[in-house]
Parts: sequence; structure tokens; C-alpha cells
Amino acid sequence: MAELMLAAKDRPVEGKKFPAPAGAKRTRTFKIYRWDPDVGGNPRIDSYEVDLDACGPMVLDALIKIKNEVDSTLTFRRSCREGVCGSCAMNIDGTNDLACTKYIADVKGVVKIYPLPHMAVVKDLVPDLTQIWAQYALIEPWLKSDTAAPARERPQSPEERAKLDGLWECILCFCCSTSCPSYWWNGDRYLGPAVLLQAYRWIADSRDEATGDRLDNLEDPFRLYRCHTIMNCTKTCPKGLNPAKAIGEIKKLMVERR
Amino acid sequence: MANARRSLRSELGRVRGLGSAKEGVQHWWMQRITAIALVPLSLWFVAGIVFVIDVDRATAIQWLGSPLTLGLMSLFLIALIYHAVLGLQVVIEDYIHSHATKLVLLLLIQFAGFGLAAAGIIAMLLITIYGG
Ligand code: SF4
Ligand code: SF4
Ligand code: FES
Repeated sequence: MAELMLAAKDRPVEGKKFPAPAGAKRTRTFKIYRWDPDVGGNPRIDSYEVDLDACGPMVLDALIKIKNEVDSTLTFRRSCREGVCGSCAMNIDGTNDLACTKYIADVKGVVKIYPLPHMAVVKDLVPDLTQIWAQYALIEPWLKSDTAAPARERPQSPEERAKLDGLWECILCFCCSTSCPSYWWNGDRYLGPAVLLQAYRWIADSRDEATGDRLDNLEDPFRLYRCHTIMNCTKTCPKGLNPAKAIGEIKKLMVERR
Repeated sequence: MANARRSLRSELGRVRGLGSAKEGVQHWWMQRITAIALVPLSLWFVAGIVFVIDVDRATAIQWLGSPLTLGLMSLFLIALIYHAVLGLQVVIEDYIHSHATKLVLLLLIQFAGFGLAAAGIIAMLLITIYGG
């Protein structure tokens, strides 16, 4: 059966408290999920009071400030700090988002931060993405062509190129896949919205010659058809993309080629 | 919460697994077709029931026994039960992860669906032939 509750050993307990520095006027509490494989035991929720007057505006600014000035053990992924690398995806205030593009001001009250839902945790806010990257490799995300390579680039009309809009912008942050109930219950076999959007990105590419093979590879009750158009993916995507629509397009092609 | 390694197989080998089943379109397509068919058929069914409630037994049997009612009622039953079985199949595949339990439940709903549809259609045939 799908598990609806965390096992007792995985349920978070209240953790340490780090008060704001004396004299801070405008503070905000951050409650952050902590788990360290070297320590083990139940995960903790640590509270950090941050002086907003001495902190940048984004949630990632607060995390970096905590790590630099308060508690260097806090672990999270980040790189670009401008929403293009997809590293800093986490669950903020109940929804999956990029810490670097999420304003602290957009969260009311305590800022609760958890790792992406329903993934194994490596440490603190770092989820184990091994499986989802393997699923990305499964769809073979590169141009396939049997036609001899032309001397110059492979041409594409503006209309053909336009078909890739709304797809190429995906930064593989996996906010969508980890918000999808179907991916929670059957993530070992269902590919999930991020990987399916990427699959469609190659199916929709006029230069690719492996469309049929790609569809063959997806035609499966679990790989593709676990999507029940719940739309959590589209709602949560921090880049404003629509993975549910991309999945719908794949399903349409499946019918069209019957 | 650490990811306990399940085996030494590579992650790509594991997610590729047994490959794609190359099916699923039929299920998806039939779910849409039966849903669309059920829109007019359900309206007809409800209208029929409303009519039958208010009339005497003989008129009701006459309506039920007409070939048109037999045809539409059979279509309604098939579409309804087919749609329900396809829907239940999805729920079972979503939530039941034990292979054996899943197989038994899938067989059960298919037999039950087939039985219900057969019983309904035979009942309608009997009314048409013997007039109740
Ligand atoms: S579709 Fe959006 S949420 Fe999903 S991985 Fe791509 S950018 Fe992230
Ligand atoms: S639309 Fe599909 S992929 Fe998106 S959240 Fe729903 S089930 Fe998951
Ligand atoms: S740090 Fe790169 S997306 Fe947030």
C-alpha cells in the first residue's frame, strides 16, 4: 500500500533554537528540517531568528546568512542564486519552490523549510536525486538523427522552433515531480512530470528522428499513464511551465499513432 | 531516511527495469470514449427512470421490454460498467504495490464487472421476450 504516514523514526521532533542577535528590530523565524546521517535518530526542526535588516530579500539569502554566521552545519544545495541552475529547490511554506527566487516577504509568519517531499534525504535540505537523474537518462535526452550530419547546423523553421517554447526553459529542479502524488506513490516506475516534460521536449523537436522510438519507450501504464492530470506540477513550477500539458500532448500522440 | 541501497544494480538498469509494456493507450482511450458515451446515455437513463416511477406496472414493462430500451439499456450498462472497471483498475494500480494482491483484485473487478453486465442484459432480454 501507499504509505500515508512517516514511520515513527522519521517524524521530525523539535530541535535547537537560535535567537536573533541583541538589538535586532525586524526579525523573522525560520524553522528548518535537519537530519544528519552521521548522527541518525529522528529529524529535528531547528528554529533560527534572523535579523531581516541585515539579510538579503530571498529565502536563500537567509539560509546563506544562517550558514555563514549562525550554524555552519546547515546543509543545502545552491549555485546560481538566480533561478537558472535548479539546485536550491526545496519545500518552503508548504510549496516546492526555488529558495533563490522566493521572497521572504511573500511568506506570512514563520518560514518553514523542508527538503523536497517524498524523497530520501541525504542531509538536511539535500534530497537524494539518484533515481530521478537515472529516469532522466532513461529518456535519452539528446538529439537523435540517422541522417548524415549537415556541414552546418540542422535548420529549423521559426514555427518548428516555437514548439520548444515552454519546454526548453525547464531547469530540472524537480519541484514538479516531487509535488506529484502519483510520483510519491509510484516514483519507482512512473517517470514523473519533469522527466516527461523533458521527453516531450525531444518528441516535439523537428530535428529529432527518433520520435516513434521515444513514444514506444514511454507507452506504459506506469511510465506515462500514472499521470491523472492532478496539475500539482503546473501549479508549483517556479519557471511557470506546464508539465501537465506536455504530458497531455504525449498522450494525444499515443492516440494519433494508433 | 537514508536511501538504503536495495541492490548493487546500477540505477539506470533499475529504472529501465523490464522496459515499457507498450500498452496503456487502449485503456486511456476507452476511458475517454466510455465517459463521452455516458453523457447522453445517463441522461436517457435518468429520464427513463423518472418516467417509469409514475406509471403502472404494465406500462413500465412495456417500456422496459421495447427493443429500443433493450438496446440503449445494454449500451448504458456496458459503458457504465466498463468505465467503472477501468477507473477501479487505476486506483488499484496506484495504491496496491504487492504484485499478488494487485493481480487478485484486478481479476475480481473484471469478473464482477462482466457478471454484473451479463446479469443486467439477460434481465432486460427476459423482459423483452417474456414481458416480465
Ligand atoms: S518543469 Fe518546472 S518544476 Fe519541473 S523540473 Fe522543470 S523547471 Fe522544475
Ligand atoms: S498532472 Fe500528472 S504529472 Fe502533474 S501532478 Fe498531476 S499526476 Fe503528476
Ligand atoms: S540557486 Fe540556482 S536555482 Fe536557486
